[in-house]
Amino acid sequence: MRNSLRVFAISLALASSAPSLAGAQTVAVGSKKFTESYVLGEIAKRILTEAGITATHTQGMGGTIILWQALKSGDIAFYPEYTGTISEEILKLKGAADRSAMESRLKAQGIGMGPELGFNNTYALVMRRSKSEAMGIASMSDLKSHPNLRVGVTPEFLGRKDGWKPLSARYGLSMKDVRGVEHALGYAALASDQIDLKECYSTDAKIKENDLVVLKDDLGYFPQYKALFLYRLDAPTAAISALAKLGGTIDEQRMTAMNADAERTKDYTLAASAYFGKVARKEAEGKSETTTQIILRTTKDHLVLVGISLGLAILAGIPLGILAWRSRAIGAIVLGLVGLVQTIPSLALLAFLIPWLGIGTNNAIVALFVYSLLPIVRNTVTGLQDIPSPLRESAEALGLEPAAQMRKILLPMASRSILAGIKTSAVINIGTATLAGLIGAGGYGEQIQIGLSLNDTPTILRGAVPSAVMAVVAQAGFDLLERAIIPKGLRLTLAKD
Amino acid sequence: MIALKSAERRYGASIAVYPTTLEFERGKTTALIGPSGCGKSTLLRMIIGLIAPSSGTLEVDGTPVNTFTSQQLRRRMGYVIQDGGLFPHLTALRNITLMAQHVGTDPAKVSSRVAELCTLTHFPQEALGRFPVELSGGQRQRVSLMRGLMLDPDILLLDEPLGALDPLVRSALQKDLRSVFEALGKTVVLVTHDMAEAGYLGHRLVLMREGRVVQSGSLEDFQKRPSDAFVTEFLTAQRSLVML
Repeated sequence: MRNSLRVFAISLALASSAPSLAGAQTVAVGSKKFTESYVLGEIAKRILTEAGITATHTQGMGGTIILWQALKSGDIAFYPEYTGTISEEILKLKGAADRSAMESRLKAQGIGMGPELGFNNTYALVMRRSKSEAMGIASMSDLKSHPNLRVGVTPEFLGRKDGWKPLSARYGLSMKDVRGVEHALGYAALASDQIDLKECYSTDAKIKENDLVVLKDDLGYFPQYKALFLYRLDAPTAAISALAKLGGTIDEQRMTAMNADAERTKDYTLAASAYFGKVARKEAEGKSETTTQIILRTTKDHLVLVGISLGLAILAGIPLGILAWRSRAIGAIVLGLVGLVQTIPSLALLAFLIPWLGIGTNNAIVALFVYSLLPIVRNTVTGLQDIPSPLRESAEALGLEPAAQMRKILLPMASRSILAGIKTSAVINIGTATLAGLIGAGGYGEQIQIGLSLNDTPTILRGAVPSAVMAVVAQAGFDLLERAIIPKGLRLTLAKD
Repeated sequence: MIALKSAERRYGASIAVYPTTLEFERGKTTALIGPSGCGKSTLLRMIIGLIAPSSGTLEVDGTPVNTFTSQQLRRRMGYVIQDGGLFPHLTALRNITLMAQHVGTDPAKVSSRVAELCTLTHFPQEALGRFPVELSGGQRQRVSLMRGLMLDPDILLLDEPLGALDPLVRSALQKDLRSVFEALGKTVVLVTHDMAEAGYLGHRLVLMREGRVVQSGSLEDFQKRPSDAFVTEFLTAQRSLVML
């Protein structure tokens, strides 16, 4: 008990030192999980900072739904969005919508539209140049006579109202091999001849880099995707007008160059600095975070996430386990519920929690707490159940009060099982905590997500390797702890059995 | 004095102990005997309050045993079970002194009491630091007896205390138990299925069969004035075993 209290105290101390994402004076900018969005978010942050406003940028929080919910709930005040996505996905308008129609509907929800930044990043379909030339495909209509092409589009594009299904209906396509592949991985698949066709954003740096051919949208299927910033109407006026200065300053060529710079350097702040001129770009180069700094920072964030959520899970899980052990009926309910939440996919759980807890550390901690409960509760119950009944009765017959029986006899005897449960939770927790990178809670997941969005293995490893190391260290740490916590007599007895 | 007044214990439709009225004399050793499943252990577990009577009452020195009183009453009782029931995570010494420390007994008093009990039960003091798993079966029973006697209870309850021991150790412990009982003069209730052990240790024997008391009295009463054929049958069967 004393040990779990100590863990909790450490957790609280770490939590109070963690940066708050929703400070009263701070303007929060969010971005989606792809390079261009990251870069635009960084530009916005810098514009705001230069205007004397304290700004944070939560990078790569997820897809449209997560960003839109975060904006509506007030977790973020700004994020870059595209006109086509606003009309098709957010407002679900039919047909081509003009700006004033979108503006009035957004206003009703307390959201405003900033000026267009100047480039149109529409969807397009791309193929390898060799394949397109060999098959004589130049426009999307040409695809009709090639149903055997292998298609790999993002899961989001598969589901979008302006995505793959309506597109195939419009162009009369009948491809059978259609798969959902993450964006950066899709480019890799296309380059290595695993797929023949994928969707792209017209400003993607990979198009030029991989020598891909953009097919002509000859029926004018794709809506316009003009970039702009969505913002909360209650955001500080100074911030809104500062960002409005971005209007018309970024054309396709400029955006594509910044995207390419970001993918080459793996540093969004650096790429965004190019917007502010060559001198700014050069200065930023000197300030670029070193790998050691990144690992130290993400390790600290990761420890906060794991420490607090595991600490809370221990504090809640052991009493829940005791409760479940005391009453069969309560036990069935507790174990049922705890088991049920375990089956919710972690990404879905994070999304469910956004309306209540917003994005960032709190949300991630609650989700990790929930996932850590099951092994602790279950092992507490098992540990107590495994105590032979003559010994339970002996404890009772001595005349010890129920609480003293639990403290002096039952919990020490169940300690090995409980500790094993905590160990399992810790290892699962360390791995699962990498998903916190999806909702801007930092930790090792941040590097993994950045690496995935760039399809850059070294960056992925910068998150994955420390995470694996932490899991191994935790495992070893618990093995040592076992010697300290599990009473010697019990260890001797177990060894003999 | 322990008194059962029409105490009955049912488990659903089956009856473990039929309404029984019985008194256990202060300062004497009573042996509850009978074949497996006759209800003798259930009776003992009712006295210490591990299970409550389904109907009727059970009193210890005039206090009815129930959920409110059993905790305090237990501290005036020592309880020794087959195999000792020692807690594996505590040393012999901690097992013996757990309750004394819990109620805040003066440490000096605790250690002099432990030394006294070691002499009484013939347990080597230097083995007090060992864990139960490091002790022999006989030693574990001696530790269990010391634990039961630590707070100097009025009543000592023993449930088949020697059941798991081999015959030589068993015989040595029987002798020691008798001398302890004689020396302390406590109210002792001993559950056993061994007639010879019951006769050797008990002032009074209570024979049970299928939840009912068949006869109670001295060994001589059993031998000379059996109340029914079962008593004779039980005695004969046991004696033939002893004779072999």
